[in-house]
Amino acid sequence: MQLHAFNYSALNSGQKVAVKYFMAAMVLFAAQIAFGIIAGLQFIFPDLFFGVLDFSVVRMVHINAMIVWMLFGFLGSVYWLIEDESGAELVGAKLANFTFWIFLLAVTIVVLVYLFVQIGPGKIESIWFINEGREYIEAPRWADIGIVACMLVFFYNTAATFLKGKWSGISGVLVLDLIALAGLYMAGMFYVTNISVDQHWWWWVIHLWVEATWEVLVGCVMAWGLIKTLGARRKIVTTWLYIEVALMFGSGILGLGHHYFWIGTPEYWLTIGGFFSALEPIPLVAMVVHSVYDAGSHGFKSTNHPALAWLIAHAFGNFLGGGVWGFMHTLPQINLYTHGTQWTASHGHLAFFGAYATIIIAVIYIAIQRARGDVWMSSDIAGGWRWKWALGLLNAGVMGMTMALLVSGYEQAFTERALGGSTWTAYFAAQNAAWFVQGMNWRAIFGFVTAAGLVLLLWDMMVIGRGDSRDIQELNTGHADDNSDTGAILAT
Amino acid sequence: MNTDPWWSSENFWRKSAIFVTAFMALILIGLTFHTVSVIVAGTERVPAYAVINNRIDYVFNKERNFQVPKIGAEAPLFGKKLTESEAYDLVTLGKLTVQSKNCMNCHTMLGNGAYYAPDLTKAWLDPGWGTEASREQLMTNFLLDPVGNARTYGSGRRMPNLNITEPEAKGIIAFLKWMSSIDTNGFPANFDPIKQGEE
Repeated sequence: MQLHAFNYSALNSGQKVAVKYFMAAMVLFAAQIAFGIIAGLQFIFPDLFFGVLDFSVVRMVHINAMIVWMLFGFLGSVYWLIEDESGAELVGAKLANFTFWIFLLAVTIVVLVYLFVQIGPGKIESIWFINEGREYIEAPRWADIGIVACMLVFFYNTAATFLKGKWSGISGVLVLDLIALAGLYMAGMFYVTNISVDQHWWWWVIHLWVEATWEVLVGCVMAWGLIKTLGARRKIVTTWLYIEVALMFGSGILGLGHHYFWIGTPEYWLTIGGFFSALEPIPLVAMVVHSVYDAGSHGFKSTNHPALAWLIAHAFGNFLGGGVWGFMHTLPQINLYTHGTQWTASHGHLAFFGAYATIIIAVIYIAIQRARGDVWMSSDIAGGWRWKWALGLLNAGVMGMTMALLVSGYEQAFTERALGGSTWTAYFAAQNAAWFVQGMNWRAIFGFVTAAGLVLLLWDMMVIGRGDSRDIQELNTGHADDNSDTGAILAT
Repeated sequence: MNTDPWWSSENFWRKSAIFVTAFMALILIGLTFHTVSVIVAGTERVPAYAVINNRIDYVFNKERNFQVPKIGAEAPLFGKKLTESEAYDLVTLGKLTVQSKNCMNCHTMLGNGAYYAPDLTKAWLDPGWGTEASREQLMTNFLLDPVGNARTYGSGRRMPNLNITEPEAKGIIAFLKWMSSIDTNGFPANFDPIKQGEE
């Protein structure tokens, strides 16, 4: 009887790079949660770390750790699937390794500066070397340049590998999407005094990343994941991917307008942004239908139960967090009162987790299975309670925080905005209101639930499949007429 | 193999995806040219920086059915009238300070940022400053020593000391005054500004 030990050397060169990215991503995920808990507690105990690690610093690390771990997760996912999907060896494995270490070093320096230097004088040098002071893209300018350089290397590696091997619908969409992803970041790399112009371009990065190019990227990963875990037919999956791209970019590109309601931009954005962003949930509904249909048509028989469960969590999380929670406050008539309240925080928590954290976790489970020599990960996994509890606690934790923040957000929208007219007195009246405070307490509690789920998840990732001697479950895809290379992929 | 109806054909959806993306991107680019041209400083929606020489108010506009900024009589900031380029320099110092001190990770501006401290879009017009006469001094004092002058409104939340210098404080105040003159389509709504002038 042979157990499935972790066998790094059996991985292809793309997968070896991917493992590094995944490990770094999980460390940063833990950092995100840790700093999130501190920030959540500071709402309840405002003196916590006052003058040492103020809310501004803690919150910046919280959201930046998230952006970077998700980027690491995406890079890892693409490096993981690239040789599988292209049928060719990764063109620049050394380069990919080198940029990984450069990227990691840069992130470490940026975080240390955030924590120990924190702020600078009101000079352009502060923005170059300490902190740009713009939400989500606080990374100083030198690091921006590094990020773009790393993304260009990543793009080169991806495109060149597919050029050497074979193209597919998934890789075609992926490569085009990466051009947009790298290019858009540059819209956030200049200083301007005019805050309307500043925020106008800032949203090009934030919205067109998070609500367009990132969504399409995970659409590609999802398509590959469904083929991989379920043996879904490539033709069906690819057609769905095109439909999703059409719907995603069809609604999401002009959906950008829902950030242009109140920043000085013209009134026509109220109509354009309201209309197109209201359509944004449609591709997310399509994704739920698609994945549930695929899973059902395969009788939920999959090679990898944890991965499939997280893919389903992704489909629902993306739809609920991005679609439903986004739609709730996207119309300008509502957004006038909810913009810049805890309502936004509620949406942000569920959307980032549901749309992105879930799918990266799914790919990591696929990776673990391969790294353990294609170990059995279907029904009756030894210690299977761990991944199920991790899944349950993380989803319950984030959903609980989302609901708690929504209650606080409602209270804030009513008390501060609708009744109080948004003065500072009204702001604090809302912050002190009983329902708001209760929401904050529950958010902190569910923050700990999320953290417990994360601890279990990381533990599970280290041990799942370790004691199992069974090999991966064979899938009978039942599509004899299918001319796709599903069988070939499963055989790799 | 070719019996697929058009609506489930891979080829149809690939073409649709390309066409829709290109079409939407073109519309966005077109709109961007227009939008950027009407939000540069010195336009109707985003006034020139020298607007800090004037009184700024926030009044209800019947036609548009929401409040809009109103540029009033001369009321120079810190009693000193500035040229456009001097005003730009002062507001720039303020904006650079706002970014360097990471204000946005507690406050919001134009509604964007964190939600731990009040929105600063209309901070210049907030009735909390008491009177028009005391406002500039109170704001300066607060920025120079936010812990000593803390007003937490019962929340216990204080702004930390950010080592803001006096010129930087004046820059921030100039930036806040200028920002309050931006036409934000009625955001924030129902705002009751500080009483200014005699009218």
